[in-house]
Amino acid sequence: MQQELLIATGKVLVFVGVFLGLFSGMTYVERRLLAFMQFRLGPNRVGPFGLLQPVADGIKLFFKEEVMPEGANKWAFMAAPALAIVTAFLAIAVVPYGPTVHLFNRDIPLQIADLDVGVLFLFAISSLGVYGIVMAGWAANNKYTLLGGLRSSAQMFSYELSLGMSWVGAIILAGSFRISDIVASQAGWFIPNWNFFRQAPGFLVYLVAATAEVNRTPFDLPEAETELVAGFHTEYSSMRFALLQMAEYVNMMTVAAVGTSLFFGGWLAPVPGLQHVFGRDIGLLWFLLKMGAGLFFFIWLRGTVPRFRYDQLMNFGWKVLLPLATLNILGTAAWIAFSK
Amino acid sequence: MTLDAILFYVFAAAALGSALVVVGQRHPTYSAFALIVTLCSLSAVFGLLGSPFIAVLQVVVYAGAIMVLFLFVLMLLRVTREERPAGGGWALKATAIGLGAVLAAQVGSVLATVARGPGAPGFNASTVSVARLLFSPAYLYVFEATSILILAALVGAVALAKRDL
Repeated sequence: MQQELLIATGKVLVFVGVFLGLFSGMTYVERRLLAFMQFRLGPNRVGPFGLLQPVADGIKLFFKEEVMPEGANKWAFMAAPALAIVTAFLAIAVVPYGPTVHLFNRDIPLQIADLDVGVLFLFAISSLGVYGIVMAGWAANNKYTLLGGLRSSAQMFSYELSLGMSWVGAIILAGSFRISDIVASQAGWFIPNWNFFRQAPGFLVYLVAATAEVNRTPFDLPEAETELVAGFHTEYSSMRFALLQMAEYVNMMTVAAVGTSLFFGGWLAPVPGLQHVFGRDIGLLWFLLKMGAGLFFFIWLRGTVPRFRYDQLMNFGWKVLLPLATLNILGTAAWIAFSK
Repeated sequence: MTLDAILFYVFAAAALGSALVVVGQRHPTYSAFALIVTLCSLSAVFGLLGSPFIAVLQVVVYAGAIMVLFLFVLMLLRVTREERPAGGGWALKATAIGLGAVLAAQVGSVLATVARGPGAPGFNASTVSVARLLFSPAYLYVFEATSILILAALVGAVALAKRDL
């Protein structure tokens, strides 16, 4: 019992630490890649190739002045970034990152909690994620932040539904809400066994809805700088701003990790023969590779696609995405019903 | 005390405390946030009682969907302070005290009759068993009728709102 608790705590600390490390790495990678896409160099002065830029940014943010707006609701203004980061980190608990590893004479699964309702838990957490942004926008008592917060809640509310529905096809095929079961159901050659192929419409809906859910370009309307200054985080400075930024990146990584698990076979190799190298299971490596590809896709998207207009966003969400997700569920269910 | 018991008391206290804030707070937005805390704490209690499915639904439906709409409306209307009738009058207070006494009596009678200890032994609240129960002949028609009712209400709400657009 005590040992179990110790292992669980250890896993939580390690996973949170790894994601924090990935976050600071991502800020650098994103700025560099975006710069290359725009024929610039990006940050390349601090350390070799500018690799120490995240450290410099962190130090700078720590020593910046923390500004509290005059008319702000102090309690909510301080709580909002914490809420955003907590909901962002909760979701990483149910994703399986690799096969069971053998450490200290015990079998330790590379997953914090293998919940019976894993996919539903993800859905619940993603629906809570909006509160941090809404609270931040409302608490600062500023027109721009309030509009940013309202937009964000409307957008996340609209796309969350499609996001959840896009998973249902994968759930039906695996016959389980448990994420490790869904990963196991995709074993074999990547075509035709992975869900991005078997569940192509569901995957497309997930791709769009997930981008909207994490407020990335082309769905970054909550912080559209041409009209809303910086949206919901206009009034934030110093470490609170850093926390909001961190929540955004952690959400992006979560979305990539979830997409990997539900649609790209999780930690399974694309070809069964490549799962073991020199007798060792390299599932974790496969997972990180797929997740990294997903993150690169997000950056690529940001460097390529312009922002949507607000009415286009709403129309697309309700009139295209949601019907497509529904049809996908119907089709999958019918296929299961008639093929068995 | 086991870890489960400690967690239960923590979340039960959070649920009760935030529920008191919901009622006692004059600021509607604070009340809404407090209600979200209540719902999430209740969800944690459901989880500790061994029914993760109900726990997650509690968050998805109430904390995640309904409360977002509440907050949305509160923020759109920029409600700052609850308007209350001044004084209230002794009749209102007497009614409130009377109803409170009835509620206390009900809770007391339930607590007195229910056996102490782990309730409902052998009930498996996993997703599969809940689904089997829900789609068994006993509940299937009720379940489907409820969903049609909700759909009808949804269509009705849109029809009523469209008239004003």
